[in-house]
Amino acid sequence: MAERGLIDRGRIHPLHAFLLAGCVPLFLGALLSDWAYSSTYEIQWTNFASWLLVGALVFAGLALLWALIDLFRADRSWRGRSLIYFLVLLAAWVVGFINALVHAKDAWAKMPEALILSIVVAILVLVATWFGFSAWRPGEVK
Amino acid sequence: MRLVAPLAVVAASVLLSACGNNSSPNQYGPNPTLPGPHRGLFPTMKIASPAGWGDQRPEVPAGYTITAIATDLKTPRQTLVLPNGDILVAEGRGGGESKLTPKDFVASKLKSQGTSPVKGGNRLTLLRDSNGDGVYETRTVFAENLNAPYGLALIGNTLYVADQDALLKFDYRTGQTRASGPPLVVTPLPFAINHHWTKALAASPDGRFLYVGIGSNSNITERGMNVETDRAMVWQVDAQTGAHRQFATGLRNPTALAIQPVTNQLWAVVNERDEIGPNLVPDYLTSVREGGFYGWPYSYWGQHVDNRVRPQNPAKVASAIVPDYGLGSHVAALGVAFSAPAMGARFDDGVFVGEHGSWNRTPPSGYRVIFVPFTNGRPSGPPIDFVTNFMGKDGKTRGRPVGVTVDPKGALIVADDLSNTIWRVTPVRSSPAATR
Repeated sequence: MAERGLIDRGRIHPLHAFLLAGCVPLFLGALLSDWAYSSTYEIQWTNFASWLLVGALVFAGLALLWALIDLFRADRSWRGRSLIYFLVLLAAWVVGFINALVHAKDAWAKMPEALILSIVVAILVLVATWFGFSAWRPGEVK
Repeated sequence: MRLVAPLAVVAASVLLSACGNNSSPNQYGPNPTLPGPHRGLFPTMKIASPAGWGDQRPEVPAGYTITAIATDLKTPRQTLVLPNGDILVAEGRGGGESKLTPKDFVASKLKSQGTSPVKGGNRLTLLRDSNGDGVYETRTVFAENLNAPYGLALIGNTLYVADQDALLKFDYRTGQTRASGPPLVVTPLPFAINHHWTKALAASPDGRFLYVGIGSNSNITERGMNVETDRAMVWQVDAQTGAHRQFATGLRNPTALAIQPVTNQLWAVVNERDEIGPNLVPDYLTSVREGGFYGWPYSYWGQHVDNRVRPQNPAKVASAIVPDYGLGSHVAALGVAFSAPAMGARFDDGVFVGEHGSWNRTPPSGYRVIFVPFTNGRPSGPPIDFVTNFMGKDGKTRGRPVGVTVDPKGALIVADDLSNTIWRVTPVRSSPAATR
């Protein structure tokens, strides 16, 4: 008795989704602020970048914790995708944390590493959200 | 070939730091060894771990004694010996810049562990030894409700006090133990943010001018260039009118000023920049040339460009003066005083320098008072330890020297803002006939 429809094979909790989605504009904002500092030397941009990174790490850190718990709760068919999501988000958080330390260097001492790391983190977070939100799939309800 | 030398230096410094023992290069004198700049993910940190003196004492050379002439002060910084032998002590804690970045929150928390928890007194305390026995039995509050007073100078019957935001003056008559009234403002001083808040002070020998040392508003422009207007320089202030001009610039944090006897030359100790390695950049002692530029922020020790500053300024770098005498990196020189014959033959020609001690270095440096010998009016040899054991062999820090002042009768006065003590170092009189 197969029925066409949307099935939920590991849908992330709405609050988990909020945390994961929330870190994206923060990481992106840090990247744009770094770019602005590197092209204008206006110091306030790098202050913004430092704080945006802290915010992003809080959101991403909580999402990461949630992803870890979900990893153990996911059914077998979905575990691979959950694992990729978790690992990519973990990588994003670790690189993001290193980036925060780099941002603590005074003035131009953080450049160009800060900008490069912000780009890497933005890409990692894009991939993590891709896997995190690709739970909804059209399929067959058993 | 051009690459080989820097690579060799890097390799050597990596090897040296791997050894873990004291790898301090010689950074004293006119040609300090300067390694390449380096900083890991964390700056090197070793914050002082305070402890009480107990039965420990600062150590002084043989033939000298040290006594605490005042304790329980409220962060004493600089002192002034008045013509009648009374000692004025400036007590205060300034700064209080807003925290701008996540780093500011962490760093201020860590660094505060190495300082006294006592609130700054915002006052001047007067100490008097009426009978010359070395015991300062009278202690009065000369003036209060000041705003982080630091630099002190006397011209005739006028006492000048550099608060963190203004140069003030009091009328002073010899023997006075309390100011006769509130101070007058000679001139406001740059006080916005006040990252480096101390305002050092010295009076020209003819009494016409006051020199005010004003520190930078950042380590290395991380608060932007706009906030560095009128910072990292020495002002020359007209004592009568309060008008000022920039006397010398590019001095990152000129924490103490002194006029050299005979030559009447202005000298300064300057705290150099942090976070490019344990052996960069040496703090220094230098004569201050009128109109001179000493590098900050664009370069250090002459033409060594600091890559952390944007935009750069090659023209300013080219004009930067090399300081006279390196004191070692991160020692935090906060006091300077020219000696006098009464200090004894070994220490009669030169300057004493109070070193508050490092945070950005392992092993720590400073935490002592040194003597830099002079010959013919110029520094002429390696420094000699004069007061040590502020950081004990157990790694505990019991005191941190700030201002040093020479009493012409034969004593060095050292302000200690960790144990809130004024120390007095005197030569031991060899015969009773020598005592008055």
